Amino acid sequence: MLFVLAFAGVIGAGQVNPVLADIDRVTSILRPLSQPAQEIKETSVLVLTICAVIFVVVAGLLVYAIIRFRHRAGDELSEPPQVYGSNQIELAWTVLPILIVFVLMLVTARTIANIQNRKAPPSAVQATVIGHQWWWEIRYPALGIVTANELHLPASDDNKRQPTFLKLQSADVAHSFWVPQLAGKTDLIPNRENLMWIEPTKPGTYPGNCAEYCGTQHARMLIRVVVDQPDEFERWVRQQQQPAAAATNVTENGHVFFANSCVNCHTIKGTSAQGKFGPDLTHLMSRETLAAGAATNTTNNLRLWVRDPQKIKVGCLMPNMQLTDAEVDQVVAYLQTLK
Amino acid sequence: MAVQEIALTTSGAPGNSLVDRLHGLVVTVDHKKLGLMYVGTAVGFLLVAGLLALAIRLQLAVPNNTFLEPDVFNRFFTMHGTSMVFLVGMALVSGFGNYLVPLMIGTRDMAFPRLNAFGYWMYLFGGLLLYFSYLGAPGLAGHGSAPDVGWFAYAPLTGPAFSRGHSTDYWILSLLLTSIGSTVSAINVIATAVSLRCKGMTLMRMPLLVWLMIVVNFMILLALPALSAAQIMLLIDRYLGGHFFDTQAGGSAVIWQHFFWIFGHPEVYILIIPAFACVSEIVPVFSRKPIFGYPVMVGATVMIGLISTSVWAHHMFSVGMTSVGNTFFAISTFMVAVPTGIKIFNWLGTMFGGRIRFDLPMLFCIAFLFQFLIAGLTGMMLGVAPLNWQLTDSYFVVAHFHYTLVGGFLFGMFAGIYYWYPKAVGRLLDRRLGLWHFWLFVIGFHVTFDTMHFPGLLGMPRRIFTYDAGRGWDTLNFVTTIGAVLQAAGILCFVINLVRSAKQGKLAGNDPWDAWTLEWTTSSPPAEYNFATKPEVRSRRPLWDLKHPEDPDWQYE
Repeated sequence: MLFVLAFAGVIGAGQVNPVLADIDRVTSILRPLSQPAQEIKETSVLVLTICAVIFVVVAGLLVYAIIRFRHRAGDELSEPPQVYGSNQIELAWTVLPILIVFVLMLVTARTIANIQNRKAPPSAVQATVIGHQWWWEIRYPALGIVTANELHLPASDDNKRQPTFLKLQSADVAHSFWVPQLAGKTDLIPNRENLMWIEPTKPGTYPGNCAEYCGTQHARMLIRVVVDQPDEFERWVRQQQQPAAAATNVTENGHVFFANSCVNCHTIKGTSAQGKFGPDLTHLMSRETLAAGAATNTTNNLRLWVRDPQKIKVGCLMPNMQLTDAEVDQVVAYLQTLK
Repeated sequence: MAVQEIALTTSGAPGNSLVDRLHGLVVTVDHKKLGLMYVGTAVGFLLVAGLLALAIRLQLAVPNNTFLEPDVFNRFFTMHGTSMVFLVGMALVSGFGNYLVPLMIGTRDMAFPRLNAFGYWMYLFGGLLLYFSYLGAPGLAGHGSAPDVGWFAYAPLTGPAFSRGHSTDYWILSLLLTSIGSTVSAINVIATAVSLRCKGMTLMRMPLLVWLMIVVNFMILLALPALSAAQIMLLIDRYLGGHFFDTQAGGSAVIWQHFFWIFGHPEVYILIIPAFACVSEIVPVFSRKPIFGYPVMVGATVMIGLISTSVWAHHMFSVGMTSVGNTFFAISTFMVAVPTGIKIFNWLGTMFGGRIRFDLPMLFCIAFLFQFLIAGLTGMMLGVAPLNWQLTDSYFVVAHFHYTLVGGFLFGMFAGIYYWYPKAVGRLLDRRLGLWHFWLFVIGFHVTFDTMHFPGLLGMPRRIFTYDAGRGWDTLNFVTTIGAVLQAAGILCFVINLVRSAKQGKLAGNDPWDAWTLEWTTSSPPAEYNFATKPEVRSRRPLWDLKHPEDPDWQYE
């Protein structure tokens, strides 16, 4: 009972507004802001309704049986009539579920086909998302952009349909891409390429998580999808396509970065830093978070991170480089030029 | 007859000191002692794995909690899941099968008593080996401790590149051992039920529990080899340079998932069907009517067993199958709902027109019916592949399968324990403590697992050791943890009751529930040879015939 009421409550809250917290950060699957999450929600309301009706009927029968046929004083003197079964009744409660199940099959098959068989139109944005322990590499091969942990894409509108098609890969173990308000999950599996698409219409930032257990810091592998107005997205693309701000003229501060093997793991476009193991840092300061959402991108957090990443995200694959305070300041100062 | 000789030769051991009694446990081949040892060990592991769950819940009670380190948390949920499935669930299945099948079919022991003992010891040492990993698994440079790869141990996280030390080896080897135990126990139960039934007990006169045990044990024989094979392949990858699941050398991570779930899905039914079995015995006795539609119940169970072998990839909807593959597994998943629904309706049909007595076993059965109904419905929702893309690997799915395995399986097992404890021990479990157990556990269960569905709907993935505040998960997680504490209190009452009633409980007599199957004809606890003379039956309810000679069952069946 409690359960059904609560379910109804959540559907209601999904329609209006979750009472629970800061609205923009509540990623309810019942408050979708994109296809295919929208279509999934519509299917789920139908399925929930069918299930709720079944629950009310069967649970009602159970409650009725408990009350109506409870043991009463004097009953121990005799036994009730012994009934062994009835073929007609059995047939009835076999056929009825088959009919319900048949409806569910049709609905499911149609929704699967609608979502999975969609082809990319020529206007679609193409991006590749590569899972790493424990961060996301994001590439736009056609645009020549490599970034991390924040997937930018344009809002789609009726005048200009611009869905985003994602190729999903993994560099190490299995991960799963889940931004609940945009779409269901699709796994990122090494030695395999999966496809998914999203088509958000409303600009905003949509948080999500890695949804397949991938080791120590699975919990701190967050993704942000930033949906921009199409012209803003164009601006973002042009900005990201630039080489690093200080590429040609590496300062004193920058030398510390290049002398301390940071370059073995990180790329800064236009410099000798061409490492591939860690996130691309060319435009680090254009991102809102550090370490796949483990901390916001502030000067203080950046300093803590450079000094000892294990303090912020224990177990992560970036080691403590044992820099002196002065070196930390210099590296941070350099990184902050990477706008 | 061989069965009789064994019963006679072991009954001569005298002595009542602790050492004598322990020695008796070690050398015993008696199906009743072994059955109780299975159940007792399972309850022990239930307490350990339950404490792990409690620690997990405490860590998740508030956002950004630091009660458990990430690696410790990951080990805890791995050990919790692995223990609950293999060391608690499978052992209860073996325990109930062992204790009850020979008594219910009127024979003196299992078909292979020594194999039976062998199975138990494989299980026990497998379980101990799993926990020994805390001490034994560290390898080079201190890497490794207890397994931390999750109970389904997805490749390639288990490969040598990502799982250093020996934690994954302990997971593999201990489960290979317990699988040997489960396999021989399954062979034994099937052989016993097929070949040792007493005179007059045709297949269609077996108690439903025996039928369901046959189905379950066939499923074990079918499903477990897939897991064992995959685990051996993984060992080859780890130590002999194999590349089955080594994606960096062209292996497939997805093939592990297929192997695992070809085992893993039937496994869920392997656990739930013994709960069905207990409920199918208890509901009729406490409704004072025979089970409604016995042949249909048998058929539905066999259908569940058959269909359950072709639904496994519904655990893999997000893995990137084609739309055809997804549709196939969605349809096969819905088909399970039909025989499962039939079973629920038949239990209801049994209660209708009865005179329902609310003794403790029946209370647990009623809670089971409610909870299993909900678990089945959320299961149907998860079968809708597009909805599954949203819900899989979220807390919704965690809530769903705990509804099945706690609300369904564990409640069914509690019902069974309250029902057959007087037979096994000779004394009834205390009703007052039992009611405390029941209500604390029911309320705790609902506070925990009803609530747990909602963080899933709000986007909370499973297996995360912590989360940030402000995504709507905070309050829900806190409430979930409160429920976990209530459940723990309920379990405490249960354990106290088990221990206390063994000495102080009310004497049970042969037949405390006025029941109808053969185990209630013999003394409580039964003698080592079970029956002084081998019984003979003419219907499904031999004791009904005995108590009601004017209106016996065999006139109608």
